[in-house]
Amino acid sequence: MLAFAIRRLIQAVGVMLVVALISFLLFRFVGDPVNQLVGVDTTPEQRAQLRQDLGLNDPVYVQFGRFVGKAARFDFGISYQIKRPVADLIASRLPATLELSLVSAVFALLVGLPMGVYTGLYPQTLLSRLFLALSLTGISLPTFLIGILLIFIFSVNLGWLPSFGRGDVVTIGGFWTTGLLTRSGLSSLILPAITLGLFQMTLIMRLVRGEMLEVLRTDYIKFARARGLSSRAINFGHALKNTLVPVITITGLQIGSIIAFSIITETVFQWPGMGLLFLQAVQNVDIPIMAAYLLLIAFLFTVINFIVDLLYVAVDPRIRIGGAGA
Amino acid sequence: MTDAIRVKEEQPGVLSRILRSDLFYSFRRSPITVISAAVTLVLILAALFAPWIAPHDPFDPASLDIMNSLLPPQWTADGQAGFLLGTDDQGRDVLSTILYGMRISLAVGFASVVLAMALGVTLGLIAGYVGGITDTIIMRVADVQLTFPAILTALLIDGVARALAGPQAYEEIVVFVLVLSIGLSFWVQYARTVRGSVLVEANKEYVLAARLIGLRSSTIMFRHVLPNVVGPVLVIATINLALAIITEATLSFLGVGVPPTQPSLGTLIRIGNDYLFSGEWWVTIFPGITLAILALAVNLLGDWLRDALNPKLR
Repeated sequence: MLAFAIRRLIQAVGVMLVVALISFLLFRFVGDPVNQLVGVDTTPEQRAQLRQDLGLNDPVYVQFGRFVGKAARFDFGISYQIKRPVADLIASRLPATLELSLVSAVFALLVGLPMGVYTGLYPQTLLSRLFLALSLTGISLPTFLIGILLIFIFSVNLGWLPSFGRGDVVTIGGFWTTGLLTRSGLSSLILPAITLGLFQMTLIMRLVRGEMLEVLRTDYIKFARARGLSSRAINFGHALKNTLVPVITITGLQIGSIIAFSIITETVFQWPGMGLLFLQAVQNVDIPIMAAYLLLIAFLFTVINFIVDLLYVAVDPRIRIGGAGA
Repeated sequence: MTDAIRVKEEQPGVLSRILRSDLFYSFRRSPITVISAAVTLVLILAALFAPWIAPHDPFDPASLDIMNSLLPPQWTADGQAGFLLGTDDQGRDVLSTILYGMRISLAVGFASVVLAMALGVTLGLIAGYVGGITDTIIMRVADVQLTFPAILTALLIDGVARALAGPQAYEEIVVFVLVLSIGLSFWVQYARTVRGSVLVEANKEYVLAARLIGLRSSTIMFRHVLPNVVGPVLVIATINLALAIITEATLSFLGVGVPPTQPSLGTLIRIGNDYLFSGEWWVTIFPGITLAILALAVNLLGDWLRDALNPKLR
């Protein structure tokens, strides 16, 4: 177990270094950092001085080392466009994105799991077919279109829910803003969370359904029936329990995707999170923000992958014997 | 029987051979697939022949009248004859912009699928056939890229291209940038599938035989191994076409895709989104429905193809 964890850790560090290299190359060679920082009236001497001060004349590997060192201390430089430290900008947007992502993940799990169990247990009923057809539509409909349709129905036509922003937020502990404690904050959260969670919901539903169908065919389920156990005990105590390992894994891995996909949802609903910040950075060629966002997302993905890998080994003894494998 | 005679016998029967094939049988037996194929075909043809069937030319400034802007669909009370689905903010006929927009959506979709396929298949073949350190490097890169969602990769490539080209030049090359960014985001799946199949194929006797008679590795890879791994690649390509169209629409909707002067479906939805709240729903809903139908039809086709080509499910 320990050897496995260490091997995984080394791999994770490797991935992070590669991503850091990409972000550094982006930062250093796409556009000239000096030109972005100074005005038109700066003399060539001042530019040269600034170049020297910023360390842009050092060998590339020294610069890369410095970049990694600074990134480890959350120092990503100053945004070209907004002229504020990137770390502050991201920190002020992080709570909004994390809150949205977490609520959508919970929504996807709470709705997708029962739907998956139902369609797995009764694959032939009308309701199951309806769920499946809906899930295919959910996969085919682009996220932003779902958002627009929800806004059209629930904000424009019915006027029930707000269509943009976070509503009123409460600050906790001086840095974390939350919309979960106010009425307008909660109602603002509903539409974006559904939009963002719908795809993951269909994914979880199809996964649980597939696993349930598979497990229900196995011998131990037949044996349990032969022993005369109640359907309830078989379906939930035996079958569902064994489908949960892949479900936990996929859901865990999907949290990273949700955070990345929040770019789209945040744009549709003008949700003041990291995704919106990143998108504006892409449009304005604000390289420091792009580089920092890339690193942050990569970090989140790597950490989640690492934890899921370890959980997987902890839950499933077969992998422990097999070694690194998947 | 000699080869010449056999060819002669089968020549007139190509059509009937297709009609009698297992694939066509399973196609005919699935009404949903027939419908989605028909819908896909109609949409592709409509996009292809847009200049002839569109009631207006939305890109001819002379034909636009600002007085016609934001007209509702024809069947509503304020609708005007000649504008079936209404008009947008510049007085462009919505039906015509959808037809023209679909051209760009489909073109970008097809081109990026071809790019992803060419790249992925080539790298997959090389990784599987050559093996060793080459294999390790290619598959490691694939692994790293697979940890990120495709949309993020596409956004990043788009951002870099924007920075390198500068705003003016970017407008001109934006379609190529889109194809490149979507194509580069989707190659991994092909590479993994092809590599897996190649590893199986490479140990078979026909490859050994081809090697024995001294054929070059590239010939063996592309002429002998490739045809045997083409099935799964086709399935991925079909499903990826829907994904590529959606990705293009998403990028355009986010404002990093094609500009409003040459709109794709995603750009049209973006333009219309600004008018949703003032009640002009048709500007965004109709392109949205078109996009959804197109993606759904292609997805259903891909699903069918996957099941039909997978002997395990029969």
